[in-house]
Amino acid sequence: MAKARVKAPKSVKKGQVFEVKSLISHKMETGLRNDKKTGKKIARKIINKFSVTYGGKEVFGSDWHPAVSANPYISFFVRASASGPMKFQWTEDGGKVTEKSVNIKVT
Amino acid sequence: MSEQFITQNIRRRDVLAMAGTGVVAAGSIGLFAGDAMADPAAVAKAIKDQIGDKKTMSGAVTLELPQIAENGNTVPIGVEVKSPMTSSDYVKAVHIYADKNPSAEVATFRFTPESGKAKVSLRMRMIKSQNIVAVAEMSNGMVHMVKNAVKVTIGGCGG
Repeated sequence: MAKARVKAPKSVKKGQVFEVKSLISHKMETGLRNDKKTGKKIARKIINKFSVTYGGKEVFGSDWHPAVSANPYISFFVRASASGPMKFQWTEDGGKVTEKSVNIKVT
Repeated sequence: MSEQFITQNIRRRDVLAMAGTGVVAAGSIGLFAGDAMADPAAVAKAIKDQIGDKKTMSGAVTLELPQIAENGNTVPIGVEVKSPMTSSDYVKAVHIYADKNPSAEVATFRFTPESGKAKVSLRMRMIKSQNIVAVAEMSNGMVHMVKNAVKVTIGGCGG
């Protein structure tokens, strides 16, 4: 569905708390707008859930409502535990999931 | 006779055109006219639904917001909660509410001790100037709250 981007440091020290930034292109249709031509309501379609898994469990999650801007950007922090993948999941209304994964190297 | 007919016709057309733009303008202004809007009471209710009758404290939560937001479509919002973020003492969740948007809820952030720091930033929509409320739920059951006002020059939500 959508193009997702994630920015995380390539290498971190064990125990270090580092910032992760993510961005996904998505209209975040609020369900409140009217189609200019037909005058009908445009159905709501937003990403309602964002989840980050690292070290085998969810370390950060977020629930979104229509008040979250289009192309949702979010930044948050994670404590480095062990080298491995950090997985990102964006879930859209209707259940469609966009996934992205980055490798975190812990030294 | 025919001339009169034409002028009448033009006038009629002008009137129609004006009426047309009037409708368009009304349409864009009243984008949410038929929809329920949030108000401070709706925010209070949403908070109560979330945390129950717990007492809220202030001090631990900081909201980073612009004083004046030029574009209501994307207003940067940051929230930070003071916490050691250990397995026995951490921030479980932070909820963001807006009191003049079409609906009170904005977002919920769920933290774990592995988050290391309860700090998040996001971009949100604001239809007009309003108060933003952040409610933080701690692992020990305490609830912290903060409220900030933002002035919006051009409203968001596709308006």
